[in-house]
Amino acid sequence: MKRLLFALPVALFGALIVFFGYGLTQDPSHIPSILIDKPLPQFDLPGLDATSPGFGTAVFGSPVARGEPKLLNVFASWCAACPQEHPMLGRIAAEGVPLFGLDWKDQPDAAKAWLAQLGNPYARIASDPGARTGIDLGVTGVPETFVVDGHGRVRYKQIGPITADDWEKTLKPMLVRLRNEA
Amino acid sequence: MRIVAALVALLIAAPGFAVTPSEQLKDPVLEARARAISAGIRCVVCQNQSIDDSDAPLAHDLRVIVRERLVAGATDAQAVQYLVDRYGSYVLLKPPLEPATMALWFAPLAFVVLGGAGVVYYIRRRASAATVAPLSAADAAAADALLRQDRI
Repeated sequence: MKRLLFALPVALFGALIVFFGYGLTQDPSHIPSILIDKPLPQFDLPGLDATSPGFGTAVFGSPVARGEPKLLNVFASWCAACPQEHPMLGRIAAEGVPLFGLDWKDQPDAAKAWLAQLGNPYARIASDPGARTGIDLGVTGVPETFVVDGHGRVRYKQIGPITADDWEKTLKPMLVRLRNEA
Repeated sequence: MRIVAALVALLIAAPGFAVTPSEQLKDPVLEARARAISAGIRCVVCQNQSIDDSDAPLAHDLRVIVRERLVAGATDAQAVQYLVDRYGSYVLLKPPLEPATMALWFAPLAFVVLGGAGVVYYIRRRASAATVAPLSAADAAAADALLRQDRI
């Protein structure tokens, strides 16, 4: 009994250390998305100019009409980490994954100049200079990437640039799984 | 005189606010409500500032949204809910009571209860150790005999 009483506070303290230690490994800037497993919020945005069409929620499929799983990448020409991610997006698009871009809180002309310089990996781009669509999506910064399944539901959100590791270990297997999903 | 002027200037100087005049609503009542709501909304970019304090562009957008909701006739709770629907309860600087925050709300209580139980146990044990066991009949008789001897 006495030994147990001595061990109890020690065990509790140990549990606290594990708990706080785990907390230290978490990045507090990664705010969990509440959109996971929910349909993408409704939007329909123009493209960067009159000749390039934008897109809306409809391209991601619906509960009744099933499409291909897709990536929705939020970017901006003013974003510091986006050029770092850009080659990875080119690689993803080259692998045949439908990649849609949301140009967030940005001037269409600035985005066009930026893409002319770095290349355009996107199937289509939607322009959101007023930031409202991004806010509806719960975007906290750029870049962010949503994995959207064939029924237009958000299944995963990547915060920050996609690294080769993120692509190989997380996003790509997830897309394969979603493609095979009923 | 100059010192007095400087002191007066200090007294009337308002602290710098992130809220710019262009954002503010003409209706002082609505504006006051918007300020009160904004003070409780976390800036999702800078995290430990409220959107009322933050200069981040996204904080500006969220302040404008709060004001738009109020102008559109939303109650305070509805305006807050609009942001919670998009960013989750994470945007609230005061964490609400929900399954994910149970540990946060009740851990202090659990520690008080556990600690209190420990203290009670310790005190009881000390008190029981201090009490003397009553004398057995034989011991009492022996003690009586000794006392009687002394008196002689």
